[in-house]
Amino acid sequence: MSQLFTHPLPWYVAGPLIGLVVPALLLIGNKPFGISSNFRHLCAALAPGQIAFFRHDWKRLGGWNLAFLSGIFVGAMAAWQFAPPAHVAISSGTSAALRNLGLTDLSGLAPHEVFAWSSLLTLKGFVSIVVGGFLVGFGTAYAGGCTSGHAIAGLADLQPASLVAVCGFFAGGLTTTYVLLPILFR
Amino acid sequence: MSLLPYFLLGGGFGFVLVEAEVVSWFRIQEMFRFESFHMYGVIGTAVLTAALSLVALKRLRMRGADGKPLALEPKAFGSGVRYLAGGTMFGVGWALTGACPGPLVALIGSGVPVMLVAVLSALAGTWTYGLLRPSLPH
Repeated sequence: MSQLFTHPLPWYVAGPLIGLVVPALLLIGNKPFGISSNFRHLCAALAPGQIAFFRHDWKRLGGWNLAFLSGIFVGAMAAWQFAPPAHVAISSGTSAALRNLGLTDLSGLAPHEVFAWSSLLTLKGFVSIVVGGFLVGFGTAYAGGCTSGHAIAGLADLQPASLVAVCGFFAGGLTTTYVLLPILFR
Repeated sequence: MSLLPYFLLGGGFGFVLVEAEVVSWFRIQEMFRFESFHMYGVIGTAVLTAALSLVALKRLRMRGADGKPLALEPKAFGSGVRYLAGGTMFGVGWALTGACPGPLVALIGSGVPVMLVAVLSALAGTWTYGLLRPSLPH
């Protein structure tokens, strides 16, 4: 089965398929593409407290999006079961830079030395998984969107707010890549 | 309203995210190091396809079941500070985890189960934002 796909699925196939999710959601029910809203809906479902931000009708407003998110989970699991990318063939420049950071195992979808249960309480594991996850949740809620809502749907709709948000995504990502990771991993 | 179409569409999206290796920490590192065109090709053609689709829907004057035009709602710009500050925080998290929200959830079932902790931490992050929201500049 895995021979059915060359990995990675080429960008000129994957990109348009991802882009078509935007009109598909509009055609199904006039819904905006945006994954991170689900964090807000899940907070509202699990622990709204007295916080105004979580006192919305999450079932009515977010039910469709939580169904979409469940689909992502199942679709990704199916892809991993039937046609997993055996080895992410990254550029020689990146693999040299990552080995220079002290990573020895570049197999899998994420470095095993960092993204494993046993690394959770090491400094690099904790910062990458727990602090990183926290910033994804806080940042997307503050910015009102993530890669799907701002970088894809927002930019496609020529929204100035999304352009500013994407500049922020790269400001944070580049600073982390060139400044934070070398300190954290060495 | 049936949720099945959304579930199936999400399934296709999740499948493509894994097969195109968009969920990979390594691909995100490569992107932020500008050492491969792959991620830029994926995001660039996704934006282009979505943009052309939005123009087409507008030209066709298509409306939803609620009678409203099929279109995205404009985001209020305000001072813009929320987009820059929130965007930068998310950018740091994106490079650290090597995943944005969709891939974060996708990875739990595709070989990196510890990402469950990252998702729970993201929920804590969103919850903290909700708590601090009244005192943050927007």
